[in-house]
Amino acid sequence: MATDARPQQTSRLRIGATPVFGTLLVALLLFWLGVNLARTPSDFLSVALEGLTLGLVYGLIALGYSLVYGILELINFAHGDVFMLGSWISLSIAAHKIGLDEGSSGLALVWGLALTLLVAMLFCGILNVTIERLAYRPLRNAPRLAPLITAIGMSFILQDVGLNRLGPAPVSVPNILPTSAVFTVGGHEYRWASLIVAVSTFPILFLLIWLVQKTRQGKAMRATAQDQEAAAMMGINVNRTISFTFLIAGALAGVAGLLYALYSTNIRYDQGFQLGLIAFTAAVLGGIGNLPGAVLGAILIGLIQQFNEGLSWHAPSSQWTQSIVFAILILILVFRPEGLLGERTPEGG
Amino acid sequence: MTELPEYRRPWYHRWAGLLGEPRRRWRTMDDRQRRQAGIALRALLVIVVFAIAWPLGLLVLALFAAQYAQPYFPDRYAWARRALLPTIIAIVAVTYPFYNGSLGEMRLFGAFPDVNTAVIMGVYVIMAIGLNIVVGYAGLLDLGYVAFYAMGAYTCAWLASVQFAKHDIKFGAVGVGDTTPGIHISIWIILLAAGLLTALIGIVIGLPTLRLRGDYLAIVTLGFGEILPQVAINGDDLGGVNVTNGPNGITPIDSPGFFGLNFQSGSGDFFTGPRLFFWFVLLLVVVTVFCSLRLRDSRLGRAWIAIREDETAAAAMGVPLMRTKTWAYATGAFFGGVAGAYFASFKSSTFPNDFNFNISAFILSMVILGGMGNVWGVIFGAAFLAYLNQEGLANIGHSLNQTFGTHLDVPLYQFGIYGAIIVLVMLIRPEGLIPSARRRAEFHEGVSDTPLYDAQQ
Repeated sequence: MATDARPQQTSRLRIGATPVFGTLLVALLLFWLGVNLARTPSDFLSVALEGLTLGLVYGLIALGYSLVYGILELINFAHGDVFMLGSWISLSIAAHKIGLDEGSSGLALVWGLALTLLVAMLFCGILNVTIERLAYRPLRNAPRLAPLITAIGMSFILQDVGLNRLGPAPVSVPNILPTSAVFTVGGHEYRWASLIVAVSTFPILFLLIWLVQKTRQGKAMRATAQDQEAAAMMGINVNRTISFTFLIAGALAGVAGLLYALYSTNIRYDQGFQLGLIAFTAAVLGGIGNLPGAVLGAILIGLIQQFNEGLSWHAPSSQWTQSIVFAILILILVFRPEGLLGERTPEGG
Repeated sequence: MTELPEYRRPWYHRWAGLLGEPRRRWRTMDDRQRRQAGIALRALLVIVVFAIAWPLGLLVLALFAAQYAQPYFPDRYAWARRALLPTIIAIVAVTYPFYNGSLGEMRLFGAFPDVNTAVIMGVYVIMAIGLNIVVGYAGLLDLGYVAFYAMGAYTCAWLASVQFAKHDIKFGAVGVGDTTPGIHISIWIILLAAGLLTALIGIVIGLPTLRLRGDYLAIVTLGFGEILPQVAINGDDLGGVNVTNGPNGITPIDSPGFFGLNFQSGSGDFFTGPRLFFWFVLLLVVVTVFCSLRLRDSRLGRAWIAIREDETAAAAMGVPLMRTKTWAYATGAFFGGVAGAYFASFKSSTFPNDFNFNISAFILSMVILGGMGNVWGVIFGAAFLAYLNQEGLANIGHSLNQTFGTHLDVPLYQFGIYGAIIVLVMLIRPEGLIPSARRRAEFHEGVSDTPLYDAQQ
């Protein structure tokens, strides 16, 4: 059709360069991991555990990107900054308003965190809905790149709100979750705080899948994702459905903000941009629009990041982390844009 | 037949609708009314600008007068008709360093921009015109334009500093001692070399990625734009070789010059350093504008616009998509590289932290504010935002704080302000302040840009 469309490959025996290249790359990665495992098994295991934990935190952010992309095909740049503001509000509620700190325990801790979680989810959800209302909805029929550009602008605005609230320096968060060791792998402690953060992702993922697959609202979301006009003709309130999706995505960002603040005990006004891009990479890696894929991709990215920073044999170390993550993003987008979990339609429908 | 329930608009639609009201009214006017409205709006603009500063008001008035006088030139003097506006602008621009000190203060904006600021404005204008080729003409969103700027700056740094002290190559450099080690090549050659090298990088980046759909392409370019500065930061030990000198950057970089006249030190009271840099950047801007306009009207430029408007139709008409897009990318990269090299030579240094995503978004907001696809709009947007970035925001913050007695650090929030500009322009006037007619039609008639190449192949 197009003058420069790729020539059709007629011979079935020819293997494209892409699978060969990909297989080589994965083989090289596995070899590197294997050698590292053989040399320092205990380091390897503890690094892998930390990577898994980090990946699950990324997964929560990635879910938000995936949800919004699934329904609007919009890369919601501002999502990372909503997440950052979620961290900020969690800090100000949990540490400053309620006064949780290292000493608090038991019932106060549980109730305090539950309240913080609720406030963070509400705040970020409503913020996200407002952004959609003000910045994306008027551009729904504009050329496709217009809302993307607006999202970038929105991201900068939110980042400066964070800058105003948090200041330019990193802000430390008290160790609210217990930091005692759950178990020890070869001299490395795995802390309760990490465990709690890691396992919280799973119920959220399952709840989300249930919401999208089984409920009436989820059906409306899937229909809107497939075809907005047809969905509207079937009596679905498209605007409300999209608002609902942004509400859910924002609430997820709120959860992620709280968990990230608890996990890293260090928040910054520009964390949203960095982590947002990492999470977006994860969502693309897993197959954007695909909910389990987002978490899977995030786990892989978390593992890669921690392996890169923690292993000793020929690891590029943390100064290259960002480059590696973006290289993965570029490779995936160029060679396998549908991601790891194949070509399932948005929302897994 | 049952009555359909009346659609009730929310209360705020009336007020939100007022934003779109002038446009609707404009459509219903006939030519005479439009002319009158145009004159009224211009008069309003002149009054506002006069209120800010009388010299600016005078300039705007002169430009409008020249435009108004254009049809009254007899046909014998067609050349004069065409030369009138450019001549006024050229005279005002070239003589700027002589009178900018005696202009007094602007209201709200403070002092008129310094000559050094004017150089930086010129550099950003070149970059914005380059990005405009990619974003405005070809409709490819490039979020990593800073990578090209960085590439140009580092090319200049490598070829005109003591970075590679083991080598001793000198060719036409001005103001470099005979005993100074390193590679020193004339900046004029480097400008071209940097542009060509950056264009090559643009092709290398573009070939695998330009197949992608618009938003994926944006993300991939963003990825490249993030990787390159990190390579620059970590580049003090790439396989044992110090390539970029890491976070400390490369400094000093040679200055341009000719016939023994060094731009950085200048010569005498008349040819001061900033003035020389300013005049030369003006020359570069003129060349860039000329190339950009000629390219737009060329076969290639028309192909770009066709692709922007409808990829499928363009491909069906025989426009080679990949080649055309790659050319857009390479051309945009070329100007980015030239601007980067000149800027590095002007600052006499290059640091990896100058090249983060914020700069890409900053240049993008220049293009959007001015009007995607229109060179004059982009020039205005770039000059204005670069001025805000250098001096304007600090001055505005100062006068606001004095008026209201607050202590707000306005320049701290610069990127939030640019973000707000992006959002507001996209919502209220997506075609920019000075739009190109075609682009406006696209935004308002919802020309689809469904791509031919989907991400799934």
